[in-house]
Amino acid sequence: MSARTPYTIKGETGDWELVMGLEVHAQVSSNAKLFSGASTAFGSDPNCNVSLVDAAMPGMLPVINKFCVEQAIRTGLGLKAQINTWSRFDRKNYFYPDLPQGYQISQFAHPIVGEGEIEVDVEPAHGGEAYSFPCRIERLHLEQDAGKSIHDMDPNSTYVDLNRSGVALMEIVSKPDVRTPAEAAAYVKKLRAIVIALGTCDGDMDKGNLRADVNVSVCRPGQYEKFRETGDFSHLGTRCELKNMNSFRFIQQAIEYEARRQIEILEDGGVVDQETRLFDPVKVETRSMRSKEDAHDYRYFPDPDLLPLEFEQAWVDKIRESLPELPDEKRARFEADYGLSRYDAGVLSADAEKADFFEEVAKGRDPKLAANWVTQELFGYLNKQDIELSDSPVSAASLGGLIELISNDTISGKIAKDVFARMIEGEGEASDIVETHGLKQVTDTGAIEKVVDEIIAANPEQVAQVKEKPKTMGWFVGQVMKASGGKANPKAVNDILKAKLGL
Amino acid sequence: MTELTKLTLAAALDGLKAKSFSAREITQDFIQAIEQSRVLNAYVVETPEKALAMADASDARLAKGEGGKLEGAPLGIKDLYCTAGVRTTACSNILGEFTPTYESTVTQNLWDQGAVMLGKLNMDEFAMGSSNETSRFGPVVNPWRRKGDNRDLTPGGSSGGSAAAVAGDLCLAATASDTGGSIRQPAAFTGTVGIKPTYGRASRYGMVAFASSLDQAGPISKTVEDSAILLEAMCSHDPKDSTSLNIETPDWRSDVAKGVKGMRIGIPKEYRMDGMSEEIDKLWDQGIEWLKAAGAEIVDISLPHTKYALPAYYIVAPAEASSNLARYDGMRYGARVDGDNLASTYEATRAGGFGAEVQRRLMIGTYVLSSGYYDAYYLRAQKVRTKILNDFVEAFESCDAILTPTCPSPAFAFGEKSGDPVEMYLNDVFTVTANLAGLPGISVPAGLSSGGLPLGLQVIGKALDEAACFRVGGELERAAGFVAKPEKWW
Repeated sequence: MSARTPYTIKGETGDWELVMGLEVHAQVSSNAKLFSGASTAFGSDPNCNVSLVDAAMPGMLPVINKFCVEQAIRTGLGLKAQINTWSRFDRKNYFYPDLPQGYQISQFAHPIVGEGEIEVDVEPAHGGEAYSFPCRIERLHLEQDAGKSIHDMDPNSTYVDLNRSGVALMEIVSKPDVRTPAEAAAYVKKLRAIVIALGTCDGDMDKGNLRADVNVSVCRPGQYEKFRETGDFSHLGTRCELKNMNSFRFIQQAIEYEARRQIEILEDGGVVDQETRLFDPVKVETRSMRSKEDAHDYRYFPDPDLLPLEFEQAWVDKIRESLPELPDEKRARFEADYGLSRYDAGVLSADAEKADFFEEVAKGRDPKLAANWVTQELFGYLNKQDIELSDSPVSAASLGGLIELISNDTISGKIAKDVFARMIEGEGEASDIVETHGLKQVTDTGAIEKVVDEIIAANPEQVAQVKEKPKTMGWFVGQVMKASGGKANPKAVNDILKAKLGL
Repeated sequence: MTELTKLTLAAALDGLKAKSFSAREITQDFIQAIEQSRVLNAYVVETPEKALAMADASDARLAKGEGGKLEGAPLGIKDLYCTAGVRTTACSNILGEFTPTYESTVTQNLWDQGAVMLGKLNMDEFAMGSSNETSRFGPVVNPWRRKGDNRDLTPGGSSGGSAAAVAGDLCLAATASDTGGSIRQPAAFTGTVGIKPTYGRASRYGMVAFASSLDQAGPISKTVEDSAILLEAMCSHDPKDSTSLNIETPDWRSDVAKGVKGMRIGIPKEYRMDGMSEEIDKLWDQGIEWLKAAGAEIVDISLPHTKYALPAYYIVAPAEASSNLARYDGMRYGARVDGDNLASTYEATRAGGFGAEVQRRLMIGTYVLSSGYYDAYYLRAQKVRTKILNDFVEAFESCDAILTPTCPSPAFAFGEKSGDPVEMYLNDVFTVTANLAGLPGISVPAGLSSGGLPLGLQVIGKALDEAACFRVGGELERAAGFVAKPEKWW
């Protein structure tokens, strides 16, 4: 792993660095909402998943969904974070039609999960080396989602869909440990991998089930280190919050645009206003949503309809015992047990589906060979064709069959690629394809010797040359392979040629 | 009007069970009484057809020797309780013609025991008031009048409709609710009995919320025994209310006659306030004498933070209300006043829908929760609240129940106190402490003022010790022999 190198942006007046902290909203995987029994199913008709509580009818009261609490604890454990056995729900008061109660129930002062840390794996986009860095987690808290306002159905009215109203969200807040756009995306990717592995959020960013706000500020080199030493935010620049991004690409684009915007302002002698901004993916720019002056006074106070959320440590311990293997643990195991490189282990452990697929391919077979075939040939093909792993035309068992044929010298790696292409085309299992097309590797030394003899006899000039320049033996290898239709065992060809040519 | 409407709840239940009269008969009598008493403005919705249907169902069950604990008993329901299919507005314009599709847990408990609903009772808007003058439907008139004076008096508030209906024999008993004294003060003003149980005894599900941490359901009735009967039926553990206590509801009826022999009754010195009328003072002393004579030990106690109770209450209650009432925005139900845009629609709806007192409290509540003021007001008030609770905990180490007056004065005339909100808020001075501390408190009529108006004494019990309230309340009721009824002028 290479070290983390500073990421600088060259301005007119010198270098600048980036500092970022992220707030990720992850929808809790749960059949029912945080404080009501209503369904959380996606894609229902508008206002069909709405209970009396979600619609804030008079006299309705919230009752905590224990399963959502369990999911938050599970996520906190996955983030290696402090679990607070006493936490509290507060009301965040503001008026909006998609917020029926006139307040959001959230955990402002006392979150259920405190500080933690995750290891983030970064693959820089522009060819840099892959590396990892620890990102500290500030907190995780539970809160209600709002409904959806639909402004474009009617020129004069806004329509409101309350299906999402009251759905449980986990807000996961990082410390300002993120320093590049790629790191920001990688952080979200890692969080996503963790919650998916835990089964606490489906991570579906297209549906908005996982979305990120990024706090971006810029500073001069050296300032961040001073901040880390002292904890004093005045060493850092004024931050702007980029709201609600649900794609890794947008996150990076938005940060790059925003950083340059802030640098331009500062270099022109201006000041960055602390504000909330929205990213426009079409124009690839951020624009102001509301400034600090317009910010609501949310009048937070403890929700008197709910008791403090208290539970036994024993429950936490029980949940801890039931945790599945997390991506980092899986990677470590892949490195140790299968001898994979950290990079391959990282790619294969990033999500459970890929990891399971790989393990099925590798079972009882050469794991490094399996890793190469899974990550390079199969994932390469799937990525190129934009096909999900679950829709792969080649199953793990079939790919395993192909790898066995390579390992036991039935076919060469080169022929295997040909066989793999035929498997994708739906020609069936590797062994059948090899049989049907007569692709079996020739290991019969007698047969190879015969071909070698013929070629030596027919090419006296090359034979003379190879004695002077042994490196030209490759020409003979090519001729033999060509004559055998690629089926001759390359090692056997080499050995026989060397012997016959007296090299 | 027949004699049936004058029965106590206990006597009526006996009569129904013995088939001395039918549920339909007594219900008919109440329907007639209600019709003839509209000048009192106690009911804001009358449900005679529903009442008769429920009465007939009760009669059918009674005929089979079946039926619940309240089978066939006609009751009035404070308009704060959501009642399925019956308009529920908390007497506020902002709820328009809102008719719930659901039933509050407390009222459902009553119907499950066979009670009959006569209609919805008037109240101060969103239970904010001590005189019933803030109701959208106009004030309730107290059946009681001062001797030789024809001026209309307030029945108190916010459960003024409940108290007037019980005092005027317009129901056997009524549901009410108490956030700072809204059961006990109107009970004292109308010569009726009212109890606020321990916070968490009764479910708040389906009760239009005023201040969640203070609101509690309870009954207003003609006698202490009737309150015991009705309170037991109202209370239950409710999984739909997170603050509802998961405990058994005792049968309090037997406590009423137990007497107070051996009980230690605390008399808090801080409740003797400057400017308190002499007759209230005298009534209190009389109460002490009665209990002493019945074998109780009188103990002087101190509740040193009492003087901070009212200010703390008028921070906490409006703060919670400002958030609880945010849902009345004209978007999903109730009355909307359209404006040019969203903000103006909100403003017009809420300015048009809420009355002056509600608006005042919403503004106070918004202010005390605002950034920069939260610590100075809300947080400090919560600390005061803890101190008040600790005062009680300490006091209860040397006594089993506390005796105080219910109110600093008897019923007053309309307009007498509505000019100055602070003077109005002083009505709650003896009652808010029980809400802030979550303790049970009962008001029992104990005598008449010089003007011939009822006066009440309050008994505050330990948390979950309603039994002490009923024992002491029962003793006061027997000793006072309070039988006065308002002279019928309406």
